[in-house]
Amino acid sequence: MIKLTDIRKAYHQGQHNELWALNGIDLAIEANKVTALSGPSGSGKSTLLTLIGCMARPTSGRVQLGERDISGLPERFLTDIRRRTFGFVFQQFNLIAGLSARDNVMLPAYPLGGDWRALHERADALLDTLKLGQRRDARVEWLSGGEQQRVAIARALINDPQVVIADEPTANLDTALSREFMAILESLKQQGKTVILTSHDPLVVESSVVDRVVHLRDGHLVEGDK
Amino acid sequence: MKIWIERQKALIDFTLSSLARRKLKNLGLLLVYTVIVFLLASVMLYTHALRHEAAQVLKNSPEVIVQRMVAGRHDLIPLGYLEKLGRIRGVQNKEGRLWGYFYDNVVSANYTLMAPSPESHGFGRIADGKIVIGAAVARERGLVPGNLISFRSYTGKLFVFTVAAVLPHEAELVSADLLLLSETDFRAFFDIPAGYYNDIALSVANPQEVRNIASKISETLPDARIILREEVLRTYESIFNWREGIVLVLLSGSILAFAIFAWEKASGLSAEEKREIGILKAIGWETGDVLKMKFWEGALVSLTAFLLGYVAAYFHVFHFSAALFEPVLKGWSVLYPRFELVPVVDGFQIATLFFFTVFPYTVATIVPIWRAAITDPDAVMRG
Ligand SMILES: Nc1ncnc2c1ncn2[C@@H]1O[C@H](COP(=O)(O)OP(=O)(O)OP(=O)(O)O)[C@@H](O)[C@H]1O
Ligand SMILES: [Mg+2]
Repeated sequence: MIKLTDIRKAYHQGQHNELWALNGIDLAIEANKVTALSGPSGSGKSTLLTLIGCMARPTSGRVQLGERDISGLPERFLTDIRRRTFGFVFQQFNLIAGLSARDNVMLPAYPLGGDWRALHERADALLDTLKLGQRRDARVEWLSGGEQQRVAIARALINDPQVVIADEPTANLDTALSREFMAILESLKQQGKTVILTSHDPLVVESSVVDRVVHLRDGHLVEGDK
Repeated sequence: MKIWIERQKALIDFTLSSLARRKLKNLGLLLVYTVIVFLLASVMLYTHALRHEAAQVLKNSPEVIVQRMVAGRHDLIPLGYLEKLGRIRGVQNKEGRLWGYFYDNVVSANYTLMAPSPESHGFGRIADGKIVIGAAVARERGLVPGNLISFRSYTGKLFVFTVAAVLPHEAELVSADLLLLSETDFRAFFDIPAGYYNDIALSVANPQEVRNIASKISETLPDARIILREEVLRTYESIFNWREGIVLVLLSGSILAFAIFAWEKASGLSAEEKREIGILKAIGWETGDVLKMKFWEGALVSLTAFLLGYVAAYFHVFHFSAALFEPVLKGWSVLYPRFELVPVVDGFQIATLFFFTVFPYTVATIVPIWRAAITDPDAVMRG
């Protein structure tokens, strides 16, 4: 469903500190599968995720979403596609401190202007399925790491995206919580979501939930898919 | 449209919980801002109400008043002067007036006593022994028509009057402490001989001619002092402007300090706030959405401050007689021995105040946000 053709990405292009993070990536990502991007630090995993997730545009190359070429679209359209198609889980969770778990979960839905009551119900339902029902009014900074991550996952799912993107989702979790996360991934897959994540973590990369591992090094794909 | 409303609702909702997170900062800002609005609005309301009041009082006063001066002091004016004035062209109406002040020990108040000309007050001729009283007098002394009231005059004699009527309430501003009585009673009470008046009131056919007529009067009556309504108006106006200016100058220092404080608080963007804006962008907010949210934040704070400050100023000026300004404004009480301001609110004035308070504040909150909000959404992925 997502097709990348000869993707290159430069930071600070034309300046003395020009850096090519991606050097020609060709990759097709299937729908309803869990795809993991793996590779050493600095190999370009996060950069690739931002391009797939319409957070940034490639310096050259094509990104296709379904049948649509989205690499040339202006930012406004990209934002619109992004918030309807993708849900993001960040490594640092990036929750907004001081707000309740539920308020955090609802954040991505505000700019869409859906029905206010329905939105609250949707947020509560998501928190319930992630076993956070009783904690929904707690401020996020009082939650444990695992709870925070589940809030972040609920937030990623609030607009019911087709694709969930997660950058190093288990980097801040211990083994038990990481396993819990893999269980949540499994259920997302059963709901028919497409998941793309990056990870160093063998527990993730070698998990049976992951359908495919893509290796990166210095901005190139390395053969040896799982 | 519905989507738009839902969006604003959601944004305000979020704004409120977001404001609640920085309670101290926002409450502090609100307070400071309320104080600024309060001070400015108090000055504006106060001077505006005074001007309005002066205009009301003067509207009914004659265009020209002629007084006779003896040894540099205002003295009674004899009937002969009235006749001499009649020969000056352009004088439409002339009338000798009888008025005086009387201090009533019972309620410790000053009354203004007048013997009105029959046409002027709508009560017809006031019969001897009758009296028409202002609403405040009636209230203070608990009088209704038919009651008797007695005053001991300056000569020591006791006078008893029957209350014939109470002046209508709407005219209270001008007539609250007014007592109207017949010419005979008035002369007896103050011991003023027949054929003398306190002053002469003139009305003029063509207002443009007022100055010409005034110079003719002073030629005809060299010992007369001539008071023109337009001059009184101008004097009032300049006194008001001057007072207003002084108050504003005195306040400007503190207002400026407040304003700078508020500006800095509003415009300073903490690292935490920058991070939050980054997060919002990353999860799908557009620059415009962030700006709208922050707009609501600034608007809610400054609007609330505006309303609170304005309402407080209203009470301060109209219910507590601008007590805080008393030291500076006291001089006014010479012009207005007994004034209670009637609330007057001017739309243009509100708009001006609104524009100079709410608007800059909202801009001060938006501008730095705008700089932070145009960061790339992928910024949160690093670090
Ligand atoms: N915004 C940026 N500006 C400049 N250089 C950047 C930026 N983002 C990433 N880079 C650089 O691009 C290269 C790829 O970075 P990226 O974050 O994609 O790697 P990564 O595989 O996610 O690494 P890690 O495993 O440490 O997260 C790195 O050398 C990084 O320093
Ligand atoms: Mg990374």
